[in-house]
Amino acid sequence: MADYKGVMVYGESTDGKLAAITTELLGCGRKLADDLGQELYAVILGSDINGLAQEAIAFGADKVFTVDDPLLKDYQSDSYTPVMEKVVKEVMPEIILLGQTSLGRDLAPRLAFRLDTAVSMDCIDLSIDPESKLMLQTRSVYGGNAQATFTSESSPQIATVRAKTMSSMERDDSRKGEIITIEAGLDPSAIRTKVLEKVIEEVEGIKIEDAEVVVAGGRGIGSEEGFKQLGELAKILNGAVGASRPPCDNGWISDSSQVGLTGKIVSPNVYIAVAVSGASQHMSGCSGSKNIIAINRDPDANIFKASHYGVVGDWKKILPAFTSKVKELLDK
Amino acid sequence: MNMVVCVKQVIDPEAPPASFKINQSDNTVVPPSGIPPVLSPFDENAIEAALQIKDAQGGKITAVSLGINLLRDVVKKPLSMGADDLILLEDEAFVNGDSLSTAYALAMAIKKIGEYDIIFCGRQAADWDAGQVGSGIAEILGLPCVTLAKKIDITNGKARIERVTADGYEVIEVSLPALITVSNEFGEPRYPTIKGIMAAKRKQPIVWKAADIESESSKLGATGRRTKLLKLFQPVREGECEIIEGESPEEAAVNLALKLREAKVI
Ligand SMILES: Cc1cc2nc3c(=O)[nH]c(=O)nc-3n(C[C@H](O)[C@H](O)[C@H](O)COP(=O)(O)OP(=O)(O)OC[C@H]3O[C@@H](n4cnc5c(N)ncnc54)[C@H](O)[C@@H]3O)c2cc1C
Repeated sequence: MADYKGVMVYGESTDGKLAAITTELLGCGRKLADDLGQELYAVILGSDINGLAQEAIAFGADKVFTVDDPLLKDYQSDSYTPVMEKVVKEVMPEIILLGQTSLGRDLAPRLAFRLDTAVSMDCIDLSIDPESKLMLQTRSVYGGNAQATFTSESSPQIATVRAKTMSSMERDDSRKGEIITIEAGLDPSAIRTKVLEKVIEEVEGIKIEDAEVVVAGGRGIGSEEGFKQLGELAKILNGAVGASRPPCDNGWISDSSQVGLTGKIVSPNVYIAVAVSGASQHMSGCSGSKNIIAINRDPDANIFKASHYGVVGDWKKILPAFTSKVKELLDK
Repeated sequence: MNMVVCVKQVIDPEAPPASFKINQSDNTVVPPSGIPPVLSPFDENAIEAALQIKDAQGGKITAVSLGINLLRDVVKKPLSMGADDLILLEDEAFVNGDSLSTAYALAMAIKKIGEYDIIFCGRQAADWDAGQVGSGIAEILGLPCVTLAKKIDITNGKARIERVTADGYEVIEVSLPALITVSNEFGEPRYPTIKGIMAAKRKQPIVWKAADIESESSKLGATGRRTKLLKLFQPVREGECEIIEGESPEEAAVNLALKLREAKVI
């Protein structure tokens, strides 16, 4: 392990800027690197990735490795895995952090197995064990019913990290760092997949991940029409509509509105859960919310155990009265 | 089309949260009494994906499951849904592994099965939620892998897959053989038919021990682990819920709005 040094963050971008998860990883990686007395690296793969490296430095990286190649335009495990393998073998980081994103979910295990090491997925807490100097990797397991702390003695130690569980540092554009380019060295014939199309399902209004208020509906909402009523409340509160899994499976609302373990992770100021029972897999996606408010007709529903305020009753009677009172209060 | 589907028996992930208990002394989960285990739900989506291909163009489906004390009623579900064969890797040597050692045993078993065009896995097992085994099998067998499928079309020896992304999906074409992991967006798995259940009852699973597959014992099960579990625990929930009441549901609703305003929540 002695040859491996440094903490490396895998950088992702959205709309030409570093993704929120990446700045969060840099914040967390900075702490781990400081605890180990080592450097923080970022690695950025893609095509036309100008500007991102500088941003990674502003958010805490000491060195940024960039691999810019037209073959890296779209993420594919067949192209990204060998490039990352090459980067890791050149840089020899002791720790690699990726986001638990659609890319990270796919790349991290493949990369770990290629490097003959291990990865902990969906970590919610990472720290350095003062004695062994190994990274303590705490992740949520059993659908959020439990948490487990792991270590791995094979190098590099790899973890993916859940969104919104780590804090970014303040952006500081005066920070200095080094940018190093690495050649992709890809053999196009080794790429056995082709990305034919990318479909973005646009949702109206604010993105659920960015919203300060989320109004979420569960199976008890019962219809697409019911979700329109949740939409009205969300609009008044300048928030977004979310859902547990059954409404998405039933097509009452788009799949991208699903909150939870296998959906979006949100931590708004206000999370209003209407006719949601509060299954652990759902709570995994919203338990970081500052104020959770539950409306449910079952007084024993698990959601009340996780909520700050609640009303027991039929949402069909409660919601209209609540919505109009909220509107009246906010209009004042 | 020859297809292999990997399935896992797990503690029912939708059991009431209050029934979930941990044995702190050995970092294990206590199976809830009276709640039988189930197939990991995403694995049922994976069986459904294979069955739809079989329905459309014929083929053979072999389900493979690794574990010990596998309840026949649970692991036979793929057969009752319409799969052709069931292989159980049922040996102490295979269990208590991590994602890598589990993927290794499954990959070696699939190698022994021999012919395959598509290997299916669920996107993640509903107990450890790691979502690594599919990628691991693909890596060991040198196959391309597409994760999080919600739709699969097969034409001219290629699969066209809609892969779930954070705000939609992407369409990916992959040459076969390949490994595909399936997400719940694929759609509800079918219910077994009476005929299927009867057929599954008569069918005996094939059981393979470690000696039956060509493998290095140092890479199997607990010996093959790369990760060490230090601690398994239940997170503590703090705080209490303030229940807002009223003479009628409407009044309770108004009181809730007033309370939230007063507490400056909204
Ligand atoms: C591996 C795995 C991953 C999963 N990932 C996710 C995930 O990411 N996100 C997710 O949400 N789920 C996920 N699930 C599913 C999860 O386990 C639950 O099944 C799901 O969250 C339940 O949704 P629900 O609360 O809307 O429905 P239910 O549990 O059916 O609850 C409906 C609630 O509505 C209430 N209700 C009904 N009618 C009314 C009414 N008129 N007025 C008031 N209240 C009413 C009922 O009292 C009940 O509490 C996952 C499951 C597994 C196994």
